[in-house]
Amino acid sequence: MKILVAVKRVIDYNVQIRVKEDGSGVVTDNVKMSTNPPDDNAIEEAVKIKEAGKATEVVAVTVGEEKAQETVRKALAVGADRGIHVKVDGILEPLAVSKILQKIVDKEKPDLVFMGKQAIDDDCNQTGQMLSALLNWPQATFASKIDVKDNKLEVTREIDEGLETIEINVPAIVTCDLRLNEPRYASLPNIMKAKKKPIEEIAASDLGVDTSPRVEQIKVEEPPKRKAGIKVANVAELVQKLKNEAKVI
Amino acid sequence: MAVLLIAEHNNKELRPFTLNAATAASQIDIDVHAVLIGNNSAEAAKQLSELPVIKKVLSVEAPHYENFTAENFAPVVVKLAENYSHIICSANTFGKNLIPRIAAHLDTSQVSDIIKVISSDTFVRPIYAGNAFATVKSNDAKKCVTIRPTSFDPCESSGGSAPIEKIDAAEEFSNTKFIKREEIKSDRPELGTARIVVSGGRGMQSGDNFKLITEIADKLGAAIGASRAAVDAGYISNDHQVGQTGKVVVPDLYIAVGISGAIQHLAGMKESKVIVAINKDGEAPIFSVADYGLEADLFEALPQFMEELNKLNTIQK
Repeated sequence: MKILVAVKRVIDYNVQIRVKEDGSGVVTDNVKMSTNPPDDNAIEEAVKIKEAGKATEVVAVTVGEEKAQETVRKALAVGADRGIHVKVDGILEPLAVSKILQKIVDKEKPDLVFMGKQAIDDDCNQTGQMLSALLNWPQATFASKIDVKDNKLEVTREIDEGLETIEINVPAIVTCDLRLNEPRYASLPNIMKAKKKPIEEIAASDLGVDTSPRVEQIKVEEPPKRKAGIKVANVAELVQKLKNEAKVI
Repeated sequence: MAVLLIAEHNNKELRPFTLNAATAASQIDIDVHAVLIGNNSAEAAKQLSELPVIKKVLSVEAPHYENFTAENFAPVVVKLAENYSHIICSANTFGKNLIPRIAAHLDTSQVSDIIKVISSDTFVRPIYAGNAFATVKSNDAKKCVTIRPTSFDPCESSGGSAPIEKIDAAEEFSNTKFIKREEIKSDRPELGTARIVVSGGRGMQSGDNFKLITEIADKLGAAIGASRAAVDAGYISNDHQVGQTGKVVVPDLYIAVGISGAIQHLAGMKESKVIVAINKDGEAPIFSVADYGLEADLFEALPQFMEELNKLNTIQK
C-alpha cells in the first residue's frame, strides 16, 4: 500500500497574527511558519502504518511557493520516503489545490491520501473532501482513529454529536484530526538523512491546472475588540456581578 | 434563481442549526428552497415545510440516506444544483463534510463558514481562528456557502406551509459503509445553542474533577464545554470541545474554568456576550477576553461558586 500525504505551510499556530494596515491580508514577513498542525498528524499516521508493515511507501506532497518545500523536508525527517513539491505562487484556493493533487494522484497512484482536516490559516476545511469528489473516492473526514484492514480502513470520525465509525474501501481519502496521534519530533540524525531524500519539483503550470482564484478577497480586517473586563476579588462578588450587573444568571 | 438549503436532521426531526442556516439563506435570496435527504424522514420534511422562510421542500428518502454519508448525499444535490444560484448549509461537521464534495463536482470554489451576508455574492468570514475577518466576493456562477450557525438567529419554526415535492434517489455509493455512531446522550442543553456554557480545561486535572463543573452547569441549566487540552487528556469526550477545530459557541454567559486561553480556544468562544474566567494564573491569556476575571484556585472557587448560587432566590433558566 502506498500513502500520499499532503502538507501545507502556514503561519505557526503559536503566532498571534497581525492584519496589514491596508487591509490586503495578514503580515507574513518575518513571521514563524510551520507545517499545518493536523498535517503533522497525517504524516505521523502514514509513517506508523508503514512501520506496522501495512504500507510500503509514504510520499509527502506540498503545493505552494518555494519555501513550502520546508514542510516536505520536515515530513521526510519524520519518516516519509520521498517528496513532491508542486510549485506555484500566489493565493491558492482549496479547489485549485485539490485539482493539483488529483493530477499527482493520477501520476503516483497511491492507495490512500491523507491530509489534515483543516488548515489553520484560511480555516476552509475543503481540500480532502474536494479531492475525494474529483476522484470519486470514499472520504473519511475528521479521523481520530484509523484501522487498516487489508483493502479496507475502519475510521472513527469526530462529529458534533460524538463519534462515528465508517468502513471505506481503498483507494480512499482520510482527513486527520489533531487527536489521531501524537506526532513525533524529528531527531537530528533523521533531519540530516532527510536532506538526502529526493524531492521532485513540478511546476503547477505543467500540470494544466488553472489555479486562478475564483473568490476575490476584498479586504481583511481585525475583528472588533472586546472591551476590557475587570478582575473580581472573590466568588461572592463574581456571582453578585453576574446576577445584578450582567444580569445573565 | 432560488437558493437551495440542505437541511440537517436526524430522520425524525430537524437539527436546530437548520433554522440558523435558513435565516442565512433568506438573507441571500428571498426565494429559499430546501432539500431533505433521509430515510423514513417524512416528519422532518414536514417540519421543514413549516419554516415560513422556506418556499418549497424537496424530499428524498432511501435506506442509503439513513446515515448522512456525504458520498450518497452529494449526487442528489449536484443533480438539483442546475436550478439554483446558491447551495447553503451549516458549517458544522455535517456541512463541512458534505459541501466541499458538492462544490468540487460543480467546479465551484466554496466559501466556508460565513458570519455575515453582505450581498448575494459577498460575505464575511473569519480566518486565522477568528483573528481576522475577510470580506470575500465569489465570482463563480454557482456558489457553495457554509454558514456559521451561531452568527445567524434561528428562523421562525412554525406558520409556514411550503409544498413538499418528492424527488428521486440517486444511486448508492458502495465504497463507504456506515458502521456505528456513538452519541453522548444528555439532558443538558446542546453546546452549540445553550444560553450558558461552563467549560473546563487542563486545570481540571482529571475527568472526575469535571463533576465540579457538572454541578454548576446543572444548577444554571448550562451546557458543558472543554478546551482541546481537556479532551486530549481524556477528561471529557470530543463533542464538548470548543475552539478553532471544535465547536463555536456564542452563549449569553461563558464560564472558562482552568482554561489558559490559547488562541485556538478563544476562536470558539470569544464572541460570547459575557465571559467569566476562573484561573489561578493571573497572566493567563483568557483574562484578556474576560468581562469578569477571578484569579483563584478552581478547586476552592468552584465549591464556593456553587454555594453562592444556592444562596440566590432565583436563577434564570
